[in-house]
Amino acid sequence: MADATDSGVAFDFKPMDQFIVKPLGGSAGDPVSMLTITNATLWLGISVLAIIALFVLGTRGRAIIPSRTQSVAELAYGFVYKMIEDVTGKDAVKYFPYIFTLFVFILFSNFLALIPMSFSPTSQIAVTAVLGFSVFFVITAIGFIKNGVSFLSLFWVSSAPLALRPVLALIEVISYFVRPVSHSVRLAGNVLAGHAVLKVFATFAASVLVAPVAILGVVGIFALEILVSAIQAYVFTILTCVYLKDALHPHH
Amino acid sequence: MATETTTSTSACVDASGGAIGMPQLCPDWFTNQIFWLVIALLAIFFVLSKIALPRIAAVLAERSGTISNDLASAEDLKRKAVEAEEAYNKALADARAEAQSIAAQTRAEIKADLDDAIAKADAEIAAKAAEGEAKIAEIRAGAMESVSEVAKDVAAEIVTALGQTADAKTVGDAVAARLKG
Repeated sequence: MADATDSGVAFDFKPMDQFIVKPLGGSAGDPVSMLTITNATLWLGISVLAIIALFVLGTRGRAIIPSRTQSVAELAYGFVYKMIEDVTGKDAVKYFPYIFTLFVFILFSNFLALIPMSFSPTSQIAVTAVLGFSVFFVITAIGFIKNGVSFLSLFWVSSAPLALRPVLALIEVISYFVRPVSHSVRLAGNVLAGHAVLKVFATFAASVLVAPVAILGVVGIFALEILVSAIQAYVFTILTCVYLKDALHPHH
Repeated sequence: MATETTTSTSACVDASGGAIGMPQLCPDWFTNQIFWLVIALLAIFFVLSKIALPRIAAVLAERSGTISNDLASAEDLKRKAVEAEEAYNKALADARAEAQSIAAQTRAEIKADLDDAIAKADAEIAAKAAEGEAKIAEIRAGAMESVSEVAKDVAAEIVTALGQTADAKTVGDAVAARLKG
């Protein structure tokens, strides 16, 4: 991979270094314990502050005719609220704060990760796995609490011919348990791939010969990443709504 | 990617500070990431559910309330405007009808006055005419009497002039007989 040369200078490809967790102010490879303040901590904190800035400071006016920031906050609120109502149903509105938390966290992490030299929490499988599996366990628990054993009818496709039902049940069970994996890997994979590709293009820009193409590439991929940031937050949220709908209304 | 093991303190970072494999899969960093993630999520959740979301919900509810109030009051005002227009038209029609009735009444009154005055004038004229006729008759009667008196006087004088004496009674009877004739 590092064989490409330009005027005898080898490109120094390190697309994955941006994902290294290291103590704040320290260097890569320094020991990291649970409570260490790391670059991950910093960017999670920035996400939290940005969310507070938009949703708390931005709505401070409580204006009937909203300011710009307030209308952005209201837009996000309305967007997620309507999504839950449409996808999951009116009875799921009480889970709105949880789903909204997920949405804004992913959205803000994705967008803040686009700042050069930043750290992207949502590219970390540890982060997305916690999100994905939390959603999975909580929703499964809700399913059993709300429906009892009849929640299992989710896997028993009563509209299919009787002979097919056991086979379908097996497939349904497998797909159910794959959900948290796909849910978390989809998000991490998208963000990771985009950032790695950005880094590769940026590395190519070190060569005068291919720099124009590389920079154009960076610009193009960056635009794509902006799209991906929003879409992945949306996809994660809407899938959470779909899974929640299965838990609340398991009967096909 | 470089795969050689190094003397670095971490199994995931080589001696030059580069990543070995995918940093995402380095177990050394999991607990740290998960710990801070949970803290961040809890912070976001509490800030949102305690402050931001109720506030936005209140603002949205208030706004939709204001909008529906405004719509209702606009509807009300529109209805009032229609009512006012109706009242105006009604008042206008009433006024017109009243004006017509007043005009008709006035006309009738004037006509009555006029008829009255004409009748009175006619009566006066008739009275005056009768009075005139009476006077004429009186004058005529007076004239006849004067004529017989003059005739008596003249007859007496003529008789005297002829050298005869005539008593008044005889002359009077003769004149009366003549006048009758």
